Amino acid sequence: MRVFAQLFEAIDSSTKTSRKVAAMTDYFNRVSDEEKLFAVALLIGNKPKRPVATTLLREWASARAGIPSWLFEESYYAVGDLGETLTLLMPQQSRPEEMPTLKAVFATMTALRQYGPTEQREILYTFWSTLGGTALFLFNKMLTGSLRVGVSRKLVINALARHLDRDEATVAHQLMGKWDPMTTRFTDLFPQQGTALPHHIPYPFYLAYALDREPADLGDINNWLLEKKLDGIRGQLIRRNGELFIWSRGEDLLTDKFPEFGPLTTLLPDGTVIDGEIIPWKDGHPLPFARMQTRIGRKSLSTKMLQEVPLVMVCFDLLEYEGRDIRHEPLMIRRAWLAALIDNPARQHILLRSEEMAFPDWQAAAEFRERARQFHCEGLMLKQRQSAYGVGRRKGDWWKWKADPFSIDAVMIYAQSGHGRRANLYTDYTFAVWDGDTLVPFAKAYSGLTDTEIKSLDRWIKQNTIEKFGPVRRVKPVHVFEIGFEGVQASNRHKSGVALRFPRMLRWRLDKTAAEANTKDDLLNLLRLYGQ
Amino acid sequence: MKRLLQVNDRGIYCERADVYIDPWQPVQRALITHAHSDHARWGNGQYLCHHDTAPILTLRLGADIRIQRVSYGEPIQINGVTFSFHPAGHILGSAQIRVAYKGEIWLVTGDYKLLNDGLSQPYEPIVCHHLITESTFGLPVYSFKSPFAVYKEIKDWWRENQQEGVNTVLLCYALGKAQSILNQLREETDVPILLHGAVANVNGALAARGYHFPGQWMETEPMTKVPKGALILAPPSALGSPWMRRLGNYRVALCSGWMQLRGARRRRGVDKGFVLSDHCDFRQLNEAIDVTGAEHIYVTHGYESQFTRWVREERGLPAEIMNTLYEDMELEEL
Repeated sequence: MRVFAQLFEAIDSSTKTSRKVAAMTDYFNRVSDEEKLFAVALLIGNKPKRPVATTLLREWASARAGIPSWLFEESYYAVGDLGETLTLLMPQQSRPEEMPTLKAVFATMTALRQYGPTEQREILYTFWSTLGGTALFLFNKMLTGSLRVGVSRKLVINALARHLDRDEATVAHQLMGKWDPMTTRFTDLFPQQGTALPHHIPYPFYLAYALDREPADLGDINNWLLEKKLDGIRGQLIRRNGELFIWSRGEDLLTDKFPEFGPLTTLLPDGTVIDGEIIPWKDGHPLPFARMQTRIGRKSLSTKMLQEVPLVMVCFDLLEYEGRDIRHEPLMIRRAWLAALIDNPARQHILLRSEEMAFPDWQAAAEFRERARQFHCEGLMLKQRQSAYGVGRRKGDWWKWKADPFSIDAVMIYAQSGHGRRANLYTDYTFAVWDGDTLVPFAKAYSGLTDTEIKSLDRWIKQNTIEKFGPVRRVKPVHVFEIGFEGVQASNRHKSGVALRFPRMLRWRLDKTAAEANTKDDLLNLLRLYGQ
Repeated sequence: MKRLLQVNDRGIYCERADVYIDPWQPVQRALITHAHSDHARWGNGQYLCHHDTAPILTLRLGADIRIQRVSYGEPIQINGVTFSFHPAGHILGSAQIRVAYKGEIWLVTGDYKLLNDGLSQPYEPIVCHHLITESTFGLPVYSFKSPFAVYKEIKDWWRENQQEGVNTVLLCYALGKAQSILNQLREETDVPILLHGAVANVNGALAARGYHFPGQWMETEPMTKVPKGALILAPPSALGSPWMRRLGNYRVALCSGWMQLRGARRRRGVDKGFVLSDHCDFRQLNEAIDVTGAEHIYVTHGYESQFTRWVREERGLPAEIMNTLYEDMELEEL
């Protein structure tokens, strides 16, 4: 753990990706296969589950620090991170010669879950009194289930590729899927070149950037395949060795959540991998995304639920055909094979084709995009017809071109300090619209402002607080913001009666006074027109 | 009964003597704890401050202000009230102001720290009945080690950067921290130490009091290229400014108590944060209460509601919030 703590410090103290990659490569070259495996798990966020209830952690840490629990909470608000708060409140002593291995720490996290509170506390006190500095911080971050290292998956893959002397696409593929470092060996994860991967492993997803230029700059529209951008769960459907696997883009294995796909085990030929969007679909139309969300959240699925919210996969790409990896083939060829595969009445109630949208020119496509919501989609996907299926997020061949968000002008009424790098800075705001002469809160948002705007707003908030409750401040209702969101639905959990999808700040309307903000009726109008 | 000191809309006011301490609105007569801009503001008829504070006031507020200079421990009678200035350990010339009338003693700490930084006149414990204390770092998560341990970390880091042929930029408050760091670098003569104008100006003003610091103002000789391995001192406001562009290949660190929190450092995108503060941490704030023997505590700028509750509930002393307009300046410009 000592060497990993050094690696963490090196990554944490640099803002340059080249230095981060160099630090990881150097680390991989130095440590054992076992340590590498656990380190890779932590670096890509494959961390152990939080083993102890946070209420207990807070209680024990307060007792140890000799402070009342309210002061622990106040400290936590200021720090904005529970693991870090625990660390700062510990009387520190470092005995590095007793530093446990990463594996031992992982094992502890697993073991802790088996014990009752008394034993848990004993174990934690032992660790808390032997670890110090960065190692203590890392331990506490694992304890709170929130350890993140400041590197993207792409950088980890880059460093592993250098260390293993393999190309990045291969490493990216080998890292896919859920693997548990306690039961995997480094050599299982990265077998000798030429060895087949386990049959359940998905391909890395190819991801699109948001269109950052005029569509006309993409050239002739005929070189592009346009399709609806649907609002569901991106999924990869694998049929290999007589088994069916459905992976989400977050690399969760969701096969059990989607029993309606079960028949595909027999309906699809072996050696097939399809990429598509899983959406709720009934009577020839998509259902609102929220319906599926409710369904995914359920532990067990009732027959009623299955009937009310049936799922389909709208297929847009074929990655493996007749057992062959065809990702290098041009998109149009892959699409042709995909069409042939799906074009079978037995499969068509589960697998739909993502239809190509034909537009004479970009202008026509733009008009469709503007009205995308009326066609049950979020906008358009633009894909170069000759493009291969790439690895990860890449610019150039695939673009998403989403419809403009809804927007409402709202008044900021509460502010709360943020977490992580926004600790001690008021960055999370609650917004309200007018209902007569009272302001009704309807959304929270924390993204969309520049650092300069946040800084000046933070200052204003501190000087214009009416009331404080814990980390929250009620502020004078003065500032107006244009709030953008992707969808609106009725909700009885919110005072305003509506819940928004992806609310964020589009602009700080310094040109508007609070009185000019929108009203609750304006929101309800949107709900009537577009409500789900 | 009227209190000897109370806050009104202009500052901390002593009605009996008709003077203010660190007022934020212009007044006739102002006693100034130290020269940071939130405590020493423009427009007062007369300024009373320590000798070392005076040249900075002149630098910031103009040569035409009226200043009465005092020494530490020197009693000053105003309308029968006795005022005296005592080292606060915050920066050069910083003072706690003791106010005594008919056996009742009040103490305004201004900004202060108990740890010795090697330059500022070290904190002197003053026994009092009523203590008005700041609380910038008044939560137990703030725990500062000795400045000397931090100076060593800074030097080690500078050396490491030198070996890699990279310049070192230290961002720290131009008045106070910059001088206490420079004070530790008198032996480092082989590689140049360069100063941002804000730091150079303060050093220049302090020279009148016989304080001299290593380092050269970057503007005196137009520098086309900063020599490799140099140490550059600049105020935090320089971060991300065009001024930084001339510094070549560098690593940048912020020196502040706020660097105790990871998020605060990461938010500013600096390579390193040194936890170096001119304020009391939680432990020092508590120790100050002990050594003053104060029976009534008034808490100003910082985590005032939290620290007040702590003092009241956990230490069993009457404590209340005193609302002032002082700010946390650790990361601000001079």
